[in-house]
Amino acid sequence: MAETHAPATVPFEERLPRPPMVLNNRSMSWITNLIAGIPEQKTPLWWYITIAITGSIAAFGVFCILYLLFTGVGVWGNNIPVGWAWDITNFVFWIGIGHAGTLISAILFLCRQKWRTSINRASEAMTLFAVICAAIYPGIHVGRVWMVWFMAPVPNPNWIWPNFRSPLLWDVFAVSTYFTVSVLFWFLGLVPDLATMRDRARSKVGKFFYGLLALGWRGGNRQWRHYEMAYLILAGLSTPLVLSVHSTVSFDFATSLIPGWHTTIFPPYFVAGAIFGGFAMVLTLMLPARSIYKLHDVFTWNHIDVMCKIILLTGSIVGYAYTMEFFVAFYGANPFERFAFINRYFGPYWWAAWSMFTCNVVIPQLFWVRAFRRNLITVFFVCMCVNAGMWYERFVIIAVSLTRDFLPSSWGMYYPTWVDVMTFAGTFGIFTTFFLIFIRFFPMIAMSEVKTVLPEADPHYHPPAIGGTESIKEAHV
Amino acid sequence: MTAAAARRKTLGVIAEFPSATTLYQAAERVRDKGYRFWDVHSPFPIHGMNKAMGLGKSPLGYIIFCGGLTGFLTAASLEFIPSSFLYPLIVHGKPVNFFTVPAFFPVMFELTVLFSAFTAFFGVFVMNRLPRLHHPIFDYEQFRRVTDDAFFLIIEASDPRFSDTVTREFLEEIGGKDVTLLYEHD
Repeated sequence: MAETHAPATVPFEERLPRPPMVLNNRSMSWITNLIAGIPEQKTPLWWYITIAITGSIAAFGVFCILYLLFTGVGVWGNNIPVGWAWDITNFVFWIGIGHAGTLISAILFLCRQKWRTSINRASEAMTLFAVICAAIYPGIHVGRVWMVWFMAPVPNPNWIWPNFRSPLLWDVFAVSTYFTVSVLFWFLGLVPDLATMRDRARSKVGKFFYGLLALGWRGGNRQWRHYEMAYLILAGLSTPLVLSVHSTVSFDFATSLIPGWHTTIFPPYFVAGAIFGGFAMVLTLMLPARSIYKLHDVFTWNHIDVMCKIILLTGSIVGYAYTMEFFVAFYGANPFERFAFINRYFGPYWWAAWSMFTCNVVIPQLFWVRAFRRNLITVFFVCMCVNAGMWYERFVIIAVSLTRDFLPSSWGMYYPTWVDVMTFAGTFGIFTTFFLIFIRFFPMIAMSEVKTVLPEADPHYHPPAIGGTESIKEAHV
Repeated sequence: MTAAAARRKTLGVIAEFPSATTLYQAAERVRDKGYRFWDVHSPFPIHGMNKAMGLGKSPLGYIIFCGGLTGFLTAASLEFIPSSFLYPLIVHGKPVNFFTVPAFFPVMFELTVLFSAFTAFFGVFVMNRLPRLHHPIFDYEQFRRVTDDAFFLIIEASDPRFSDTVTREFLEEIGGKDVTLLYEHD
């Protein structure tokens, strides 16, 4: 055993060097040219084709929403007892996806996970677009959309105030705060990169818009000093915020009495599921972008590998929650709760529950194997399964629990209509259209942050002798 | 050019440095020399530069704390005034007095975070005197590269120790390249 130990004089870093964040010893200007070059290049043909498709889907989704508003909620498959169906399922699905972006930008920042710099910008953008998609549903599912302002605590002639003890109102505050803070955090991170775009812009329009948005950023250390403090504090604020948002969403269910909803495990279970589903969506969006724009040196296999490990971890937490829920239903001596869980897995919607369990718990176990974490096809396949599985999870919890509650006389099935389906497809159209616009006009990787993880960004860095540590780093990749 | 330049007011002197390391060492020299109105410009925040420049911690945190406190008090008033006084409605048999406070925590938390985040966002720009879309140093063509891969050190003419000649020589001595005098607008 003794020979496996390196001599104690060799520092740990040299025995097992950290994998570099940016491969092939790329320089700062190489990074700038790569990332700022994407919005500067001529709009590629694939972009026009893709946005034509996603834009059409989004437009059809908007049509479905208008049809709903002009006709009534009857165009959906919602009924009594299933008063919350695809609308709230999709709301929870989208808001959950947003959580990965905030986790990457805030929690990983506080944990000093420097690999986050390659993916945080795009993930935060994804958060914003996902929350926009989510926010559509609570607005339109109330039926009388012109009454939506009743959710806001404003003085009104009816002298009626919202009930501040209601989880639904907490949700209004949680989601709107989450969206606002995410926008502020995202834009603050974007300012130095917009200054890069401003300084490189050649067209008049580019100079004007990037110049306006960059707010005159000059990159002085007297500016960076406050900037870094604000960034740190926003990360510190976003961390409890992101954990609270999905907890509050889960309170919508957990504080009610419906069997299958009324459980204390919901907040952590929902948060883990949100991060799980969100990471899968980040990879779903970023893997094609990485291939199209040749980001391999910045968004490396090491990044994908650690993201897969997070998917594996959170997927296993979700799997634990599914099993524990089932166990508590069995052990808890509440016949209604026990029935709800037997019905969930063996009732008329058994296929939804088993799809959920397979996609979320069984398939991500592939990521225990390193080869599967470093293969584009398996990573993409698992992410697609997780995307689908997380939607099924929300459908199973929300709609299936409602189909069979306490009284068999009030049981009923739920069937979606074409408006349900097309509205959901429409939110995907809105989401992808926004994302395409984002990658076309904004730097999708945080240049100023990626530069900080280069070895020469450290003020105490000494360039290594040629052929020295370089070969070790290459070998480790 | 030089005659026109002579008539204009000097803004300061700028020097370029080849790397973050050299900029850091130069900043320590400038700090030790006792200059007060100067700054280093870099494409990214350099770790430890506040110390090298002799700057303390940003006071932004205290301002944000006040913002967060405002948010908390706003939420508390927003919830208690209508629910306990203006329209005390008993829902789910829950009390309307102080003992209903656990149900008010989520909104208190959200508004504390919201107000703190707004304070952080606007605070950082107020402290940095931004937005200021144009600044005389943007006239220096080389300065465009500061958002790419260039490192600059500027000593302003308003500094009491500033001198057109001595400061220039000092910057050259500590390793500055392309040491140039900057002028304000006419």
